[in-house]
Amino acid sequence: MLRERLVTLLAVLAITTGIVGISANDSETLGGFISFLTVFVTTVAIFAVFALGLNVQWGYTGIFNFGIVGFFMVGAYTSALVTKEPSSNEFVRYVGGLNLAERLGPLNLEGLTGFVIGALAAAVVSGIVAFLVAIPTLRLREDYLAIATIGIAEVFRRIAIEEEGLVNGTRGLTGIPRPLHDLVSPPDYKYIYFGIAVVVLIIIFVAIERAARSPWGRVLKAIREDELATSASGKNIFAFRMQAFVLGAMIMGIGGAVYSANQGSIVPDTFTHFFGTFIIWAMLMVGGSGSNRGAILGAYVVWGFWTLTGLIQPHLPGALEARTSYIRDLLIGLLIVVVLLLRPNGLVGEERRVSLFAEEEDKRAATRVGAPAAGSAEE
Amino acid sequence: MVRSLTQTAALIGRARREYAGLADKVGTVGLWLLIGLLLLVGVIATRQNLATGIIVGSVYALGALGITLIFGILKFAHFAHGDMMMFGAYVALAAFVGGGKIGPLSFGWGMIFAIFVSMAALGAGSIAIDRAVYRPLRRRRSGAVVLAIASLGIAIILRAIMLLWWGPDQKLYVAGIHPARQLPFDIRLKPDQLFIVATCLVLIALVYLLLFRTKMGKAMRAMSDNAELARVTGIDTEQVVMWTWIIGGALAAVAGVLLGIQSNLKPELGFTLLLPLFAGAILGGLGSPQGALVGAMIVGISQEVLVGIDLPFPPFGVPGYKPAVAFGILILILLVRPRGLFGKT
Amino acid sequence: MLEARDVVSGYGEVEILHGVSIAVEEAEIVTIIGPNGAGKSTLMKTIFGLLPLRKGKVFFAGEDVTGLAPQAMVSRGVCYVPQSDNIFPTLTIHENLEMGAFIRRDDYRGRMKEIYELFPDLAERRGVRAGKLSGGQRQMLALARALMLEPRLLLLDEPSASLAPNMVELVFAKIQEINRSGVAMMMVEQNARHALALSHRGYVLAMGQNRLEGTGEGLLNNEEVGKLYLGG
Repeated sequence: MLRERLVTLLAVLAITTGIVGISANDSETLGGFISFLTVFVTTVAIFAVFALGLNVQWGYTGIFNFGIVGFFMVGAYTSALVTKEPSSNEFVRYVGGLNLAERLGPLNLEGLTGFVIGALAAAVVSGIVAFLVAIPTLRLREDYLAIATIGIAEVFRRIAIEEEGLVNGTRGLTGIPRPLHDLVSPPDYKYIYFGIAVVVLIIIFVAIERAARSPWGRVLKAIREDELATSASGKNIFAFRMQAFVLGAMIMGIGGAVYSANQGSIVPDTFTHFFGTFIIWAMLMVGGSGSNRGAILGAYVVWGFWTLTGLIQPHLPGALEARTSYIRDLLIGLLIVVVLLLRPNGLVGEERRVSLFAEEEDKRAATRVGAPAAGSAEE
Repeated sequence: MVRSLTQTAALIGRARREYAGLADKVGTVGLWLLIGLLLLVGVIATRQNLATGIIVGSVYALGALGITLIFGILKFAHFAHGDMMMFGAYVALAAFVGGGKIGPLSFGWGMIFAIFVSMAALGAGSIAIDRAVYRPLRRRRSGAVVLAIASLGIAIILRAIMLLWWGPDQKLYVAGIHPARQLPFDIRLKPDQLFIVATCLVLIALVYLLLFRTKMGKAMRAMSDNAELARVTGIDTEQVVMWTWIIGGALAAVAGVLLGIQSNLKPELGFTLLLPLFAGAILGGLGSPQGALVGAMIVGISQEVLVGIDLPFPPFGVPGYKPAVAFGILILILLVRPRGLFGKT
Repeated sequence: MLEARDVVSGYGEVEILHGVSIAVEEAEIVTIIGPNGAGKSTLMKTIFGLLPLRKGKVFFAGEDVTGLAPQAMVSRGVCYVPQSDNIFPTLTIHENLEMGAFIRRDDYRGRMKEIYELFPDLAERRGVRAGKLSGGQRQMLALARALMLEPRLLLLDEPSASLAPNMVELVFAKIQEINRSGVAMMMVEQNARHALALSHRGYVLAMGQNRLEGTGEGLLNNEEVGKLYLGG
């Protein structure tokens, strides 16, 4: 246990030192340095939201979502469409544009209310999508759900591109209202947004930690440890797992909303499998799947590693520099595989008695003491 | 409200279970009718698209065959298969040193050689990956879910290697325009495309011979039926696993190359291939080789035919929606007959 | 021929067998009976190598085979017939038998003919997929498959389980017939009465330990056994 903590500490320390050190060295002003760090932490916070959403799906109920980017995208576009003004010219075409800024007037609190409404709308739509995707698949195998999530992500991307009038096709949406934007000069906005992103992260973290310790969360835990017994005691397994899946998707939708409000503009190409799905899996695996703190830690470590290698890149000799980004891609994939092989519980280590990765045989055995299971001759 | 929604879903599930027998039969008949309708529409209205669909479908069949074998024998969904296909295409590109043309084809013996190199490379590579990653996880009795996530990691690694080595831009085997030939029934096909179908047929036939006429093939089918019993019977399960990867890898390599001949190569395309591949394998029934063939063919044909029909609403007429067709098929089959056309209950 | 000494094993963290010893001599039929949970199947699986052995030893034909994998046991002439899921449903009868002979490197067609003579019912249907067979026919096929390697010892896990009474008769008759050709058998059975009637010797296991031991007839006539384990 101590050794695991040490490794975690070392990793975090190494990354933090590297980033702070190199960016301090590269920045010309103190302001630039702080600006860089702020953007870094904001991005970590947004990724952490996605990782938390994934953890609710994977850690709480063992569903693996390979189409996170689909929910990310739905959330981003929904909140954008809800908060934006309607299209003002014929070259920019999209539906919606509720123009909350104008409708809410002073209630808008400089965009904050609009942002919250947009985020909630994103959560709802994302949740509905998750619900629909899970109906035919969740009852069958997690594999089928995983493929369906890949499918839905791809379908949404195509719809966004093909249906010109829906979200302005490949040109995307711009002018997405940013909460509290007018309070400060544009260069300083990132500090405000840093606050917003962190607050959203904390709210979500507290909320799902509470949920995990609630009766609902305890049933989910019971399902993880002994599905047969929990089902025998009358609980509708399917309903609980569905709820967790939808909740996770809603969080991902909120993440999308936070992302689009931060960027101010989004295009379909932004939503790649790599940054929308793969990297988030790496974050959760590295940090500690099954643990919410692990999700946040993983987001920090993996994005930190990514940023660090980005900082190192200009200092490398020419040939190496060009290929660095793909080497990073490679390392992300390697991280997932290596963590699974060597340290499936990630940096945070295992808190629960029954890990997601516990030997299947042992798990089944633990539930089998006593009467033999139907159909088998276990004695 | 969430609760009542989930309760509704549970109710639907209960209703389905109670009327399961009837619903199953109705669903199955309906499915076959739809397939017949699809083929009919294809023959009557969009023969060209039907032909393209058969070509694409046969390539998908090679991939889906690999997926279904890996699923049946190794018991997990191999999410790296699409990227593996693409990787095979790139390996062949690297091994392709030009070399004239064979008859009307756009390439010569150089390509044939490159295909064999790619098959060997992917067969060997798959075994290496299995030994390094999947086997240790198997030894630890890791479930299908963990193996699936590991395969995601492998997919990311393969994609990154492709980007690293060849860059993100689109590539072609042989540049230039290759004229199509006029065939009966208003179909125009390039000789390359006929080559694709012929190669697929040959490979499928070979796999069939292997599975039904050789000892190892029968052992593979046996292990797919019941891995524990296979062990108990004395079958060398590790050998079966090795052959599964060799065949899966080799088929993926050829499929990737053929796809590259049909269209182009691009690292990013690999992951998305999973959709039609799995849709086909699931439609046919995961674990059933004949199912993978039929399923993949139907997915390929559906994608091309539906997109070729001129109706004003999606997905008809919009080439960008081909993946949506595959997705639709996936959802449909899971709703109506989850075990697939040829799967057992 | 087969000897298991003080075997301790179980599943995961749970220990089922707390030190069980049994022996099977050449061409013997030995039946293990006992209540549910006694560890009968566990013992068989441990001997065959399907479960890890925690303590104790297993000897076969003088050799220490403790902890060997199933394939190693098969190559030494020990074959195992599981209680359920003991045939390959999508393979034909003929292919099932071929799988039984997987590790044979010689021409086993002669053996196959012998097996078909021993199981004429199967011979008639050799091209039929095993999944389409009835319960009794499947059990016969499972037995036949195990015999393809001409084993010296057969481990049978509840061969009469979920069979109709007339099939049970046939299966036990077939087991005796096989034994007459010199194959030793170790059987785990719930159908204790019937099994003991054709066994040379038997063991009673309860709660993971040896309880009684004796000849087949002896145990049949034993009052305590009759009351507790033989039922009606």
